[in-house]
Amino acid sequence: MPPLRSSLLWALLLTFVFLLANACGGQQGGAGKISLQGAGATFPNPLYQKWLSEYSKLNPNVRIDYQSIGSGGGIKQIQAQTVDFGASDAPMTDAEMNASPAKLVHIPTVLGAVVLTYNLPGVTQPLRFSSGTIADIFLGKITKWNDAKIQQDNTGVNLPSADITVVHRSDGSGTTFVFTDYLSKVSDEWKQKVGADKSPQWPVGQGGKGNEGVTGMIKQQPNTIGYVELAYPKQNNLPVALVKNAAGNFVEPTIEAVTAAAADSAAQTPEDLRVSIVNAQGAQSYPISSYTYILVYMEQRDAVKGRALVDFLWWGIHDGENFASSLQYAPLPAEIVRRAEAKINSIVSNGKPLHAAQ
Amino acid sequence: MENPQPVFPSPASEYGARARVWNWRRAIAPTGNRGDAIFRAALFFAVLLLLLIVLLMVVKIGLNALPSIQRYGFGFLTSSSWNPARSDFGALPFIYGTIVSSLIALIIAVPLSLGIAIFLVEQAPRRLARPITFLVELLAAIPSVVYGLWGIFVLAPLLRTSVEPALARVFGWLPLFQGPITGIGLLTGGIILAIMITPIISAVVRDVLAAVPTSQREAALALGATKWETTRIVLANAASGIAGAVILGLGRAIGETMAVTMVIGNRPQISASLFAPSYTIASVIANEFTEATDNLYLSALVEIGLILFLVTFIVNGAAKLLVWSVTRGTSGTARAA
Repeated sequence: MPPLRSSLLWALLLTFVFLLANACGGQQGGAGKISLQGAGATFPNPLYQKWLSEYSKLNPNVRIDYQSIGSGGGIKQIQAQTVDFGASDAPMTDAEMNASPAKLVHIPTVLGAVVLTYNLPGVTQPLRFSSGTIADIFLGKITKWNDAKIQQDNTGVNLPSADITVVHRSDGSGTTFVFTDYLSKVSDEWKQKVGADKSPQWPVGQGGKGNEGVTGMIKQQPNTIGYVELAYPKQNNLPVALVKNAAGNFVEPTIEAVTAAAADSAAQTPEDLRVSIVNAQGAQSYPISSYTYILVYMEQRDAVKGRALVDFLWWGIHDGENFASSLQYAPLPAEIVRRAEAKINSIVSNGKPLHAAQ
Repeated sequence: MENPQPVFPSPASEYGARARVWNWRRAIAPTGNRGDAIFRAALFFAVLLLLLIVLLMVVKIGLNALPSIQRYGFGFLTSSSWNPARSDFGALPFIYGTIVSSLIALIIAVPLSLGIAIFLVEQAPRRLARPITFLVELLAAIPSVVYGLWGIFVLAPLLRTSVEPALARVFGWLPLFQGPITGIGLLTGGIILAIMITPIISAVVRDVLAAVPTSQREAALALGATKWETTRIVLANAASGIAGAVILGLGRAIGETMAVTMVIGNRPQISASLFAPSYTIASVIANEFTEATDNLYLSALVEIGLILFLVTFIVNGAAKLLVWSVTRGTSGTARAA
């Protein structure tokens, strides 16, 4: 055999042996470690990644991975039991709960706000919208920026007579669900014609892919309006609109206003914590906001992994909440933390509660 | 003017009449050499694997699309409503958007690419041809998401502020160029596709033209033909290769996802205006697949994928047919010239 070819073969063989040894080594090294897999919503991904890195510093023997594949994917993966926990912005529907192999628990982690942002050259002060106006704009009934209904809430603002270009998400999204859920609550016409969905049939507008796509289209086109998550307009220097809440006040989407909306809705929150908090009643509540959830099975098959998971969740809704505000998420109100604790305590393995056992 | 055709010994003549009787040993190793047999088997395996993959893909996609096919039947192709909230699915706007955006791309890209290729092969001095060829090939290698970003931040504002208003002024009497101007829509999608497929088409056409024997050009020039006439003769001889290049470009245009999604507006509608937002098959799959939890919804998306498969198949077939009929015609005229 020529020397070149034999050395090449040797190199290949060595690489193979090395890889094999590495794979085995990884297995052996992992014997003392607990590894958890999670997948789901993209919205809380920056926070969850922060949680994972902080948590692994405190608990070096626990390794948790989270893949942001979208809420729908998170639900599918937890139903298929390929992950230890799923994550979703919208709570699972009754149909989805029934299609799951076992009982799932919803643990709320943080709250997010959906905000209206726009590109209107010449207008410097933040615009104000009442709920009916927002619905009419997205239904295509208000087509001009200087429409009497918009002007009515913005006295003294010189609105142009330009056509409104509506921008919405083109990809299926929990953000879209929260926004259309809000519109369905405040407008019967919206509820009948469009409804609340992750990918509804939009009466008007252009679709942008992802929060960044919508933000980009609004930034590039004058006279546009669209909805995105709270963090995006700030990063892109776009204005954020004030929205009139159920109590009749125009509220700026701040972290406090979102937590307030959750606290106001706490009394009506059902036992399983699956709840929509849009159009909350409180005077200072921002009306377009929602929980984001981690989904876990109530009965954990593996007690060791189950206990690690429960400890992580417990840490998340307590210490983990401190990381929320800096990443533009609203922390849970105290009342909901208390109720989420009860949910975590209900997680069992072989009939024994996992959290109380420590 | 006859093409000098190189003569290869045809495989049939080599092993003669005996090979017609099926003999597996001979089928695997016609020359009786063991190395050749292994080589041939390896090649055969590669081909078989490809066929198997295509077959598996069609079967799997077909099976997954079955619930939607059974539920909506033929109406899926003719309905233009797409409303996942009400489980109401129709593919027509996506088929329309895919075909029209690809057509716009071809209308712009084909003359442009031919021009580039002819310039590079027939006109440009070598010092210029080298760097331009390199640039064209570089353009072909840019990832599509980069084209998409460039589309949002550069192309769309440019179209909104200058190109589309000008089109509306001059051709505003055509329904194609009416309606609100936003810079996002079918026309923008078509143009970004044109920019993406131009390097591919021109690179292939350049190679095809370069392969036409120099003796033909010399003969034409010797007979007193001008540069223009010579180029026409070269083009006529390269027609089938050029058509192949166009099909390659069309294939990329039809299947392109990311760049188009970012500028087409993603709205499932059929509008006469090229300024209006539209949607393509590849885009809707990329956009909605991850959040399609409902089985019927998922199945409808898979069926749309199946339709993309069929559309590609039909368009390719039609293009091949066109090539066949055109080349039959032109080789005759080339001879007459």
